[in-house]
Amino acid sequence: MTAISANLQEIRTIIARHKRWDLLFSLLGLAALMIGVLTFLTLFGQMVIEGAGRLSLDFFLNFPSRRPEQAGILSAWVGSTLVMVVTALVAVPVGVAAGVYLEEYAPKNLLTDIIEINVTNLAGVPSIVYGLLALGIFVYQFGFGQSILSAGLTLALLILPVVIVATREAIRAIPIHIREGAYACGATQWQTVRDHILPYSSAGILTGVIIGMARAIGETAPIITIGALTFIAFLPPLPFTGEPTAGLFDWLTSPFTVMPIQMFNWTSRPEEAFHENAAAAGFVLVLMTLTMNGMAIWLRYRLRKNIKW
Amino acid sequence: MSSIILAESSPAMPLDYVSDRLARRRTRHLRETIIELLLLAAALVSVATTLGIVFILVKESLVFFEHVSLWDFLTDTQWTPLFDDAHFGILPLVSGTLVSSGVALLVAIPLGTIIAIYLSEFAPFKVREIAKPFLELLGGVPTIIYGYFALLFVTPLLQLLIPELPGFNLLSAGLVMGIMIVPYVSSVAEDAMRAVPMSLREGSYAMGATRYQTAVKVVAPAAISGLAAAYILGISRAVGETMILAVAAGMQPNLTWNPLEPAETITAYIVQVALGDLPHGSVGYQTIFAAGLTLMLITLCFNVIGHLMRKKFREVY
Repeated sequence: MTAISANLQEIRTIIARHKRWDLLFSLLGLAALMIGVLTFLTLFGQMVIEGAGRLSLDFFLNFPSRRPEQAGILSAWVGSTLVMVVTALVAVPVGVAAGVYLEEYAPKNLLTDIIEINVTNLAGVPSIVYGLLALGIFVYQFGFGQSILSAGLTLALLILPVVIVATREAIRAIPIHIREGAYACGATQWQTVRDHILPYSSAGILTGVIIGMARAIGETAPIITIGALTFIAFLPPLPFTGEPTAGLFDWLTSPFTVMPIQMFNWTSRPEEAFHENAAAAGFVLVLMTLTMNGMAIWLRYRLRKNIKW
Repeated sequence: MSSIILAESSPAMPLDYVSDRLARRRTRHLRETIIELLLLAAALVSVATTLGIVFILVKESLVFFEHVSLWDFLTDTQWTPLFDDAHFGILPLVSGTLVSSGVALLVAIPLGTIIAIYLSEFAPFKVREIAKPFLELLGGVPTIIYGYFALLFVTPLLQLLIPELPGFNLLSAGLVMGIMIVPYVSSVAEDAMRAVPMSLREGSYAMGATRYQTAVKVVAPAAISGLAAAYILGISRAVGETMILAVAAGMQPNLTWNPLEPAETITAYIVQVALGDLPHGSVGYQTIFAAGLTLMLITLCFNVIGHLMRKKFREVY
């Protein structure tokens, strides 16, 4: 009797000891999470504290300048916006079309395998290599020069895998009976895709597009590589203005700068005063990417809740 | 009379009707084919991108290796391609890349693994729902911001601990890069562990194992191929990362294995040259393609190792 209870006691201590490991690991996990969270909060807070003094309307409406207190980000955010327009106009149709092809049309053959392996591999290629591709092909081979067009195309290629993967996942979630219903009514494959597949997957695709664009807007390396300038004190020509009159698409070939490059330029200057500008520009940049990422996360959350096929 | 007219016209009516349907079917078919070809063309853009990358890197590197022997490129310990006394040894850039990646992985792999195990096996539903999007945000911050943070916040902080630390160094760049990579590692690792079937955990719990024992001795080994994939992804992120290093590690080629020193990575070198005015066809122009090719080969090596590991360790349930 006593032997059994002693044995039980022993087992209980062993279990308690092992349970302590559970608790310890839980705390370790929380601590690891906290390192990430705290780093992020510190980074954000440090930029706010450092850059808050520079955030004013003038900061958004001034060109970069040699005098730090007058310098602003006008050419940077205009450049970023225009580059993003080109990127979206190229990446969204091409990416969605590629995703639709792979999911709805592609036969099981070697070509399909090659395309799929390619999309996976491209997601792992360092972004600066895209910059080299763009420098060799867009800037010199095609002669687009160091322009908004080259930059937009480069970033479009860069985020293409993101858009393709998001499109495929969104399409895969649509049950087969939706397609069968459409075919049973005599719809062709394209009609099925256009009227059913694309509308139902649009929220999922949008999530992917937003994440891709958020990544593109913060991407610096490939744009530096194609030769974006760090000091631009003019805006690309508006269509049908100026002397001689600019055409509708002249802004595409204009030199430009973007937000991350402007920030890189200010960060790498030795003068303290420019670091304040860098912090302010960084704050604006983080706010933009966070808003976009937050939007995508929220969209995904809503999506998961609402759809019941 | 009327019967003749009927006989003449009545077969013509359905004939017209049929041929019209056939024609409509043919245009419909043609349109479908054209659309399919267009979609295929869009899918082929990714193949074209890969071909373009290989073509441009190899083409410019071939010109480069006409001037510089491959032996010098691989063994010379100096990288001064733009000086009068030009040396073309890639080793200093490779050492900088490997040291900074090493520091980053020492941060990212343990942290990422712990977070993944915690989120998939320990965390209550609420914590996971909040933590996952937050980690995604951490991965969405532009790298130039991390570069700023490493140079102007982490380095001064580290200098309080290590007074002789120079303003540019691989350590702070690597640490911050590690934090940047954590979300990539943890999210892939967590997906892999969640994919482990519940029955394995139930079996383990039924044997009287605790959560910790189940996580470390059952779930993690079962998900080993996914974990390997997560680590490989982390490595190729670290090797290819550019802006943090261009800002915080200093842009001096330096053959060193000491993270306390400033050094330059392959990626930072490409940025440095691209920042200067780059005449097409000059030596500087070609060196960045040779450097880019080296970078691609290094990441390719890791990807192949990762693929082999995944194949070797693949668990079948």
